[in-house]
Amino acid sequence: MQGIHEITLHSDAEQAQERQDRRTRWLLSSPALAIIAVFSIAPMAIILVYSFLEPGKYGNVVWSFSLDAWISVFAERDIFDGTLGLADAHLSIFWRSIKLSLLTTFTTMMIGVPMAYYVATRAAGIRNLLLFLITVPFWTNLLIRVLAIQEVIRKDGLINTVLLNLGLVQEPLQMLFTDFAIGFGMTYVFLPLMVLPVYAAVERIDFRLVEAAYDLYASRWTVIRRVIFPIIRPGVIAGSALVFIPSLGEFVIARVLGGGKNLMLGNLIALQFGQGRNWPLGAALSVTMLVLIISVLLIVLRFTKGRING
Amino acid sequence: MKYLTFTTIAAAMIAAPAFAEGELNIFNWGNYTSPELIEKFEKTYDIKVTLTDYDSNETALSKIQAGGHGFDIVVPSNSHVPIWIEEGLILETRPDQMENFANVDPQWADVPWDPNRRYTVPWQWGSTGILVHTGEYSGDINSAAIVFDPPAELQGKINVVPEMQDVMSMAIMYFGGEQCTDDLEVLKKVAAGLQTAKAGWSGIDYAAMEKFVNEDLLASVFWNGASARVRADNAKFAYGYPATGYPVWMDSVAVLSDAKNVENAKLFQNFIMAPENAALISNFALYANGISGSEEFMDPTLLNSPEVVIPEDLKAAGAFTRLCDPATQELYTKIWTQLQK
Repeated sequence: MQGIHEITLHSDAEQAQERQDRRTRWLLSSPALAIIAVFSIAPMAIILVYSFLEPGKYGNVVWSFSLDAWISVFAERDIFDGTLGLADAHLSIFWRSIKLSLLTTFTTMMIGVPMAYYVATRAAGIRNLLLFLITVPFWTNLLIRVLAIQEVIRKDGLINTVLLNLGLVQEPLQMLFTDFAIGFGMTYVFLPLMVLPVYAAVERIDFRLVEAAYDLYASRWTVIRRVIFPIIRPGVIAGSALVFIPSLGEFVIARVLGGGKNLMLGNLIALQFGQGRNWPLGAALSVTMLVLIISVLLIVLRFTKGRING
Repeated sequence: MKYLTFTTIAAAMIAAPAFAEGELNIFNWGNYTSPELIEKFEKTYDIKVTLTDYDSNETALSKIQAGGHGFDIVVPSNSHVPIWIEEGLILETRPDQMENFANVDPQWADVPWDPNRRYTVPWQWGSTGILVHTGEYSGDINSAAIVFDPPAELQGKINVVPEMQDVMSMAIMYFGGEQCTDDLEVLKKVAAGLQTAKAGWSGIDYAAMEKFVNEDLLASVFWNGASARVRADNAKFAYGYPATGYPVWMDSVAVLSDAKNVENAKLFQNFIMAPENAALISNFALYANGISGSEEFMDPTLLNSPEVVIPEDLKAAGAFTRLCDPATQELYTKIWTQLQK
């Protein structure tokens, strides 16, 4: 009897303690939560609300409920024959941005992973220097970096001058305003976002595991595939998410290096808020992009979890 | 009038006196405000001026509508001034009663977008035409066909500015319609024509002037003052006025309704109507200014430049930009989006 009483007492105290802890945790995180609510959730809520309103005459919105914006994200009435069809312009712009983001993720992975591995396995002094060099571009404005690339790939730019002087080409290569230029620029700009998380993962590798694998007669390829890659996988996935998400909204690079002949998702949204004077449509397109990004994140999260646990 | 500020952010960094009497916050197009003018204004009135850039009428409008901007002065184009007045965003400062108003060229003293100039003061005016490299292209420069039916020698080197209104207007006039038309037959021709022409374009961008100077681009829909600046660095470029029609515009200085320094802003409006000050504006951005008597203070080569002097036979082809009604605007946005899908 006494024993039981003691146990109840104990668990009561424990529960009280736990409640107290929970309260402290909420209290401590309340400034962060308030910031998220005010600066992140509230603006998104405004965007969501705007997407269900009618466009004002000169931009802005009229406060009456309308689904027009959402319908025109996906469907479009042909202005010439009046038929209602899929909004192929919007869909193809969405697809272009997604394609470019996937491509950027792929190229940064192909370059970034070996690079991160190389850096992480150097001696401490060199490693810090290399890391420093990788982060330097972050201190420079994106636009300036993009304009610098433009100087490199221009008709009379660095690459063409070298190629012409070496006699490798007779005519300067047209690189500016091509898809190559966009891919080159995107890869360059987003590379550090891939390298840094992968570097953090490589740094954690216990190289005794690699030695053990060799001792057990694993080939080099098997070591990479079965030992190293599983360890750095979370880093690669984090890097991919970090690259994919901002590339989806990126449009400056496509404009300056690619000539901006075709719209990117970011341009399309900017057009609606600007010259198009259709804020609700812009808002609906933004929400669509947000949903797209969140879905990607959820998939990534699931993928990483499964792998880490399994 | 309107090129993006990629290159000259420096223009915004104007040295200001440390302890000024007052302040003035100007919101103007990028690369468009003479630093000399600002310096002179600061010294004359002991006012510290801060300059901020925008890149389109719509950007300016949406930023001001959003509130909390802290600006005193804005410089909208004629097509947009009625919106600013109608929405109550600018003050009726009565420039027509200001001391220097007598200097305003009669042509610009009473204008349809601001009858009797009760709100705005002329800043600069110009045209949207065609910039082309005459070394590579030997045909008629006063033709919109350079962009809308690109000749072989310019294919892949043509730029179009992403100013939907200007480009659509020029295209509509080229394919046989009038500004702001909602005639679907005409628009069908325009949409198809633009689609075909686009194959010969390199891009749709506020291309930095260096791209022309370095000859990465050989032709563009462009503004006269910006074209003059390209020509100054590469004499092979020329500016043409499409005979089929081209947009003409004027940007005017207005004081915002929620300005904090209204009196200083009014001083500025009066200040720029003085001929010697208007000339400073033009000498920097290379557009005409609409103030009589400013000619004698202007750079003589600018006064006689082909970008400022419109040939007599092409004057009639200039069409003052208008704002289209929302339904028409929607048609244009669709064509414009379809073009770049």
